[in-house]
Amino acid sequence: MRSGLIESFVGRLVEPLVHRFPWITYIAPVVIILGLIAVAVLLIIYFERKVSAHIQSRLGPMHHGPHGIIQTFADALKLLHKEDLIPECADRALMIIAPFVVFIPAVMVYVVIPFGPGWIVRDLNIGVLYLCAVTAITTLGVLSGGWAGNNKWSLLGGLRAAAQVISYEIPMVLSMIVVVMLAGSMSMVKIVEAQNPVPFVLYPCGLVAFLTYFTSALAEVCRNPFDLPEAESELVAGYHTEYTGFRFAIFFMAEFANVMAVSMIAATLFFGGWLGPFGPSVLWFAAKTVLFIFVFMWIKWTLPRLRIDQLLRVAWLGLIPICLANIGLAVAVLALKAYIVAG
Amino acid sequence: MSRTLTPEERAHATEAPVFEEMILNMGPQHPSTHGVLRLVLRVSGEVIEECKFHIGYLHRCHEKIAEEHGYLGYLPLADRLDYVCAGPNQWAACLAMEKLAGIEVPERAEYLRVIAAELNRIASHLLFIATFGNDLAAVSVFLYGMREREMVIDLLEALSGQRLTYNYYRVGGVGWDMPEGFAERCREVLDIIESRLPHYNDLFTNNAVMRARTEGVGVVPPDRAIAFGMSGPTLRASGVPYDVRRSDPYGIYDRFEFEVVVGERGDTFDRFWMRVREIQESAKIIRQALDQIPPGEIRTKLKGRFRPPPGRAYGHVEGARGDVGYYIVSDGTDKPYRLKVRSPCFSNLAGMEEMFRGWKIADVVAILGSIDIVLGCVDR
Repeated sequence: MRSGLIESFVGRLVEPLVHRFPWITYIAPVVIILGLIAVAVLLIIYFERKVSAHIQSRLGPMHHGPHGIIQTFADALKLLHKEDLIPECADRALMIIAPFVVFIPAVMVYVVIPFGPGWIVRDLNIGVLYLCAVTAITTLGVLSGGWAGNNKWSLLGGLRAAAQVISYEIPMVLSMIVVVMLAGSMSMVKIVEAQNPVPFVLYPCGLVAFLTYFTSALAEVCRNPFDLPEAESELVAGYHTEYTGFRFAIFFMAEFANVMAVSMIAATLFFGGWLGPFGPSVLWFAAKTVLFIFVFMWIKWTLPRLRIDQLLRVAWLGLIPICLANIGLAVAVLALKAYIVAG
Repeated sequence: MSRTLTPEERAHATEAPVFEEMILNMGPQHPSTHGVLRLVLRVSGEVIEECKFHIGYLHRCHEKIAEEHGYLGYLPLADRLDYVCAGPNQWAACLAMEKLAGIEVPERAEYLRVIAAELNRIASHLLFIATFGNDLAAVSVFLYGMREREMVIDLLEALSGQRLTYNYYRVGGVGWDMPEGFAERCREVLDIIESRLPHYNDLFTNNAVMRARTEGVGVVPPDRAIAFGMSGPTLRASGVPYDVRRSDPYGIYDRFEFEVVVGERGDTFDRFWMRVREIQESAKIIRQALDQIPPGEIRTKLKGRFRPPPGRAYGHVEGARGDVGYYIVSDGTDKPYRLKVRSPCFSNLAGMEEMFRGWKIADVVAILGSIDIVLGCVDR
């Protein structure tokens, strides 16, 4: 099949190299993932600008390059040569570390995402647990970024972000638990393989789990309607107000890397990942990811923003009861299935 | 910003949380204060304990300039008072000057004045909807409002050559007549806008998040509204049916059928909804005016320099934001002895200091957006 051709072609190129330099198997995935993220973030930013422009009945970047393709590149270059300002009374060490505490977990998530059959850096048998653990670390970075700028508005943004992310961790994990129950394993590859005929979103408990996961994911990556931490109309730029140049670029990249990661996880857990009726699997995975990224953007440019207490109320009084009930439903479905299979 | 607990507080620390208060400056430059307004908020967590406004960043000495430059020299500046809804300001100034000098305005000019003012009101309310959506982070609403507003601005540009402050009103009439095809294009634009208002309702007005952010938020009781001298949609949202066009008609407003839209609760949503409905009412008025407009002169010629006899006059109109008034004292020369501007946004804003208490920081943005102030009007 087509996918076999790609793999054999790549295999033929890579094999002699690996033979000579065995450490390539450790370095190559890192380089590839970082490269993928860098390129993908540029593309996503361009995509966002075009999607938002067309939703708002305007054109978006058109000037640099045909249809503005080079625009993001130009913006990245601009950010890179801005002065690196650290305000006098700011907490220097925290300001330097915070962007990376946000960025590195965003990248670490990609270790367990299966891009295709066999295309995964490490198929951890606790893949889902690893995801939940790693995404929780970003809260520290956001909080310290908000504190370090010595700016009350940034602090407010950081505190709101911390409250929001912690609150929405729970429905996210509870949704993923349903998937683990349906698949019988926490390994991402086994979850995809368990969806071979029927993706989990088509089960009723899977559909509910997908919807709650999607909402929690929106809140985890702090996108509208949950973008209070960086509410432009209130806090200028929230917890990353005081950051300039490269450090701001890191925050920015982390946000889009997060969006992409969360879309990929949604595609993997609920829509069958790289499974598709025909053709190269990686393209199916990419298509599903792009679909979710588009829906994220669609929601962002349509809905107003929730206030922090309303946001938290949705999480604690809305999503968590629904998720718990959904787990109950999943238990019932699995018990029924076992009963039917046995009897 | 932080402090350690005193011994008494430490003793009581297990009883109730000690919230530390923070002074926040929503400085003159801020994405959502609709101009250069400085708010100093004393907040406890996210809840506002006290709020103080600092204005004056846009003070441009209107009243003094009028004393120096005379009636006709000042008149183009009157637009810049509330620059978003420029026409009614100038109309109020012209009313006062015409009362002083006893000048009659020809009928066609009166109709043109109404058409320009109501078109301006529609443009201003569209801008309000756009910026209100932007404040609540429904950014697409901003672009849609601007798209609709562009059509209205193009009409006003056809009338006067300018898009924002058009110096259209003169003492004794208006500056220019309607060009060819204006009436048809105007009716077309009104049809398009009225057909798009339901889309705004689907996207924004009936959105659950928007309702949650605005219903019951920032309620202004009618007695406090009247006490502070509020006017315009802000006052009518609280249930007080005061509209200068009905209560103290000027020009030919008594010839038109339109509804004075009154709200029920006086919350942020009502203030928003007032303006959406007023767009529809203004469209009604414009259609009636276009149907009834007679041919004729558009301006009474002034004899010589404009030197009204000594006396006092007050002219006030219903601007998009409220009751704009000009009180002019004349001493017989061509420069007014005193020109005092009654600014609607100033009174509307003054009432807000006590209305913010108890609400959260995010609500400040919503409530301030819903009063729809323009700092040019507040500061003069």
